[in-house]
Amino acid sequence: MTERLPAKDVVIVGLGWTGSIVANELADAGLQVMAIERGPWRDAAMSYAPNYAQDELRYRIRHELFLRPDQTTFTFRNKMSQTALPIRNWGAFMPPNGVGGGGVHWNGETWRFLPSDFVAASHLKQRYGAHFLPADMTIQDWGVTYEELEPHYDQFEYLCGTSGTAGNLKGEIREGGNPFEGPRSREYPNPAQEQPFSHTLFAKAARELGYKPFPQPSGNMSRAYRNPLGVRLGPCTYCGFCEWFGCANYSKSSPQTTVLPVLVRKSNFQARDNCEVTRINLDSSGKHAAGVTFVDSAGKEFEQPAELVILAAYTIFNVQLLMLSGIGQRYDPVANRGVIGRNFTHQTISDVGSFFDSARFVFNPFIASGAIGMCIDEFNGDNFDHGPHGFVGGGYMGQVQTNGRPIESTPVPPGTPSWGAQWKQAVRENYQSALKPGTGVHGSMYSYRDVYLDLDPTYCDRFQRPLVRITMDFHANELKQNVFLTDRFAEIFHAMGARQVVKEYRKAPYDITAYQTTHLCGGAIMGTDPSTSALNRYLQSWDVPNLFVMGASAFPQNAGYNPTGTVAALAYWSVAQIRSQYLKHPGPLVHA
Amino acid sequence: MTTSIATPLRALLLTGLLGVLACAPPGIANETGAQDFQQIERGRYLAAAADCSGCHTDPQGGRPYAGGRPIQTPFGRVLAANITPDRDTGIGAWSDAEFDAAVRGGKMPGGSRLYPAMPYPYYARMNKEDVQALRAYLNTLAPVRHEVHSNQLPFPFNIRASMRVWDALYFKPGVYQPDSRKSPSWNRGAYLVTGPGHCGACHTPKTPLGADVIGRPLQGYSIQGWFAPDITNDSRRGLGDWSPQDIVEYLKNGHNRFAGAAGPMGDEVANGSSHLSDADLLAMAEYLKDQRSQASQVPSVSVRDPAMVAGGAIYQDLCSACHRGDGRGIPYLIPDLAGSASVASDQPTSIIRVVLNGAKTVATQDEPTGPAMPSFKWQLSDAQVAAVTTYVRNSWGHAAQPTTARAVRKARKQLDVSVRQ
Repeated sequence: MTERLPAKDVVIVGLGWTGSIVANELADAGLQVMAIERGPWRDAAMSYAPNYAQDELRYRIRHELFLRPDQTTFTFRNKMSQTALPIRNWGAFMPPNGVGGGGVHWNGETWRFLPSDFVAASHLKQRYGAHFLPADMTIQDWGVTYEELEPHYDQFEYLCGTSGTAGNLKGEIREGGNPFEGPRSREYPNPAQEQPFSHTLFAKAARELGYKPFPQPSGNMSRAYRNPLGVRLGPCTYCGFCEWFGCANYSKSSPQTTVLPVLVRKSNFQARDNCEVTRINLDSSGKHAAGVTFVDSAGKEFEQPAELVILAAYTIFNVQLLMLSGIGQRYDPVANRGVIGRNFTHQTISDVGSFFDSARFVFNPFIASGAIGMCIDEFNGDNFDHGPHGFVGGGYMGQVQTNGRPIESTPVPPGTPSWGAQWKQAVRENYQSALKPGTGVHGSMYSYRDVYLDLDPTYCDRFQRPLVRITMDFHANELKQNVFLTDRFAEIFHAMGARQVVKEYRKAPYDITAYQTTHLCGGAIMGTDPSTSALNRYLQSWDVPNLFVMGASAFPQNAGYNPTGTVAALAYWSVAQIRSQYLKHPGPLVHA
Repeated sequence: MTTSIATPLRALLLTGLLGVLACAPPGIANETGAQDFQQIERGRYLAAAADCSGCHTDPQGGRPYAGGRPIQTPFGRVLAANITPDRDTGIGAWSDAEFDAAVRGGKMPGGSRLYPAMPYPYYARMNKEDVQALRAYLNTLAPVRHEVHSNQLPFPFNIRASMRVWDALYFKPGVYQPDSRKSPSWNRGAYLVTGPGHCGACHTPKTPLGADVIGRPLQGYSIQGWFAPDITNDSRRGLGDWSPQDIVEYLKNGHNRFAGAAGPMGDEVANGSSHLSDADLLAMAEYLKDQRSQASQVPSVSVRDPAMVAGGAIYQDLCSACHRGDGRGIPYLIPDLAGSASVASDQPTSIIRVVLNGAKTVATQDEPTGPAMPSFKWQLSDAQVAAVTTYVRNSWGHAAQPTTARAVRKARKQLDVSVRQ
């Protein structure tokens, strides 16, 4: 028996970064807001207390903060001709769970995309000609520009207290920052973090090679900070337990440390945790969302009516709810028609291990934070001439030393036995003098006709709903990109004085078992044409105008950066339009 | 009075009083109408100053002011009364005079006595107009039918008549008398602190029968498993290092550059002092900064003491990431252990409690963060808690008696009991 709850103005599915930001903005607009979160409530100091949070086995190896695949999972295949099988242990990416979502366990890398990233299709075609792009590549312009998003990037960075060095201040290129970034309207709210030895060494070598290294923009605090909402963060202690972990020192920006303390004080905001939304309900017209149906941990089903529905779950779950609710036409790669599931992307990540003379180099890799690092951006986006190289896209690369944790940080040179006395001896000898960046080459992945999401014909979840099926493989463009970038990256480690450099190229087929990043993108993309996008430029569903879909599922293709900054900027952009236009005149904000 | 705050404060006081008088209809200047807005507003403000809802609202889902919250006293438990205007189970049938007699005299209609868990010995300092304003405000609340049997004390304390003896011994009625040698704001602060604010109910040492120890006002007392610290101007135990503005910030926001309010003080800030005007908080600060203490001089524990060595190692390992190596913490986020005199309070009750149970500081409008410290109960033995608290209480210039493992064991047991309740 489904219990029908009192109607709300807004129901938000998922209380991570975008859910928290949108909830706070809409509560400020005076609306009654209900957020429904599948996972548990999480509080900064209590849920991952600093006296036990530094537990690599519990959090990194056993995935404490993540969704359990036996609650729900996806099926995976590389090619359309294959039969997909369910993922039973997370590998290539980590679906978040619980209040704060991915904002709890992220590293804090807070990038902006390049101005040209938002107009990738038209920019690349104009510069290189349409024939330069692979025939099955389906990249699109976003429908929103960097200039339009700039104030919202700024909003997010000031919410977070991002630590960094501006490289382009209102068009003026600044020494020490990223000269390739789009113009920013003001400085970062906090200076860059202090860099450990290996980072400064990387920067020195990069400079000598003619590059312009800069500190990675970091959601780890370089100093105490009070954000515009009045919430306080403390300086990072460089403990090296950041990604995969929650920070109870109030030093990593997360919904818990920036916006939730203010949101939970608002009497017009309510949240339900441990409740899973199973579908978005439409009225009889099929063009208007009536609310959502969810199930609590006791298995009881509820209906939450609302005037406005905000999907703010993780990429794949947004797409899944759209598909299962019959919103938008599902993508058919054969006919190349439909929008829900298309342009699904990830990243193209690779790394370089390097071994230095232990008598001369002591790197203390445990002095680390999630987003600390020195990077170069010469090979990102279209910052370089792709003409001679025969591929498009790129990525930043950097010495980003996120940890020296014991279980994972055992770099040994190739040829070392994988266990036993010799292995132990090699670990001992190399721990302090080997480098293996947490983020090495952080490359883009562009979209293709045969990389997409749909519903699995065989496997179901506990509610008997079909699982989402991932069809994904690397294409030649990304593999070429990766070889070129990894080679450039390795040159810097040679220049640093490494005696041995081991390149670990990203190879096909796409491996679902090895971690890359959690940056899954696309599947419900934004754009200007309803026949090739699920959402308009304000993240509003073309088909159901009282439904907005936040998150990286809106990215038409993925750039060579971590997505969180852009995800949050888009959320602010969308909710600003909801507040200024939609609430006054509910209905489509763009007429196609 | 020559400080810059005096004039606006005096003006505020005057307009407050004149406002009430001016609104009263001619002929019944001593009785105000039931809808006198200014009087009701004044009553609402005083209800915050007196933190009435702190006791009279049950935090476990109780209706506002409908009572039922258990108040732990050294003699047992009493339940706070229903003070909504319900005629049968609240105070709706009381006359104004009966209300006054209860609030300022500890006497119930019919002559029986209140227990001093209801801080009438402090409220006795309030003037009649304020008590009537409070009544006028309470009359505007929604009546809630909620029967509360307040008296849950064991024999012989359950005999209310015994309170006659207590009153005779300890209760000194009498409205606050301004000290003409002091400024109007000092007097306003004194009125608020010793009257409606009833700060001494927690912060003044008590006799074995629960009365204030004469001559030691506001010098600190262990109550409800916490130590309410010395809040005089003493620099070794009290607020000597706090500026008046630090005190105002703490009372207003629950946080200042030194400390964050948790436990009963966090509740007080949330329900009470955060609703007071800055001028009144500054007046309270002025009064508190003028109070003296006779804190006893204690030699500090030697740095070579094994407890100090062990405590220092534990501190470095478990505490320093947040509180920093120098004990300075992060202003407004992580309490400053080095600069907080209350760390070296006469009794280690609070510090043991916080280490064992953790604590969440209060979140307020201007300081919404509400940072928390986790529990170390599962991680540290009694001897280790004793060592680390001894270290903190004897570092950075502090000096205090060493904590004993026995005291920690006792606190642990009491906390377990209170959790089970």
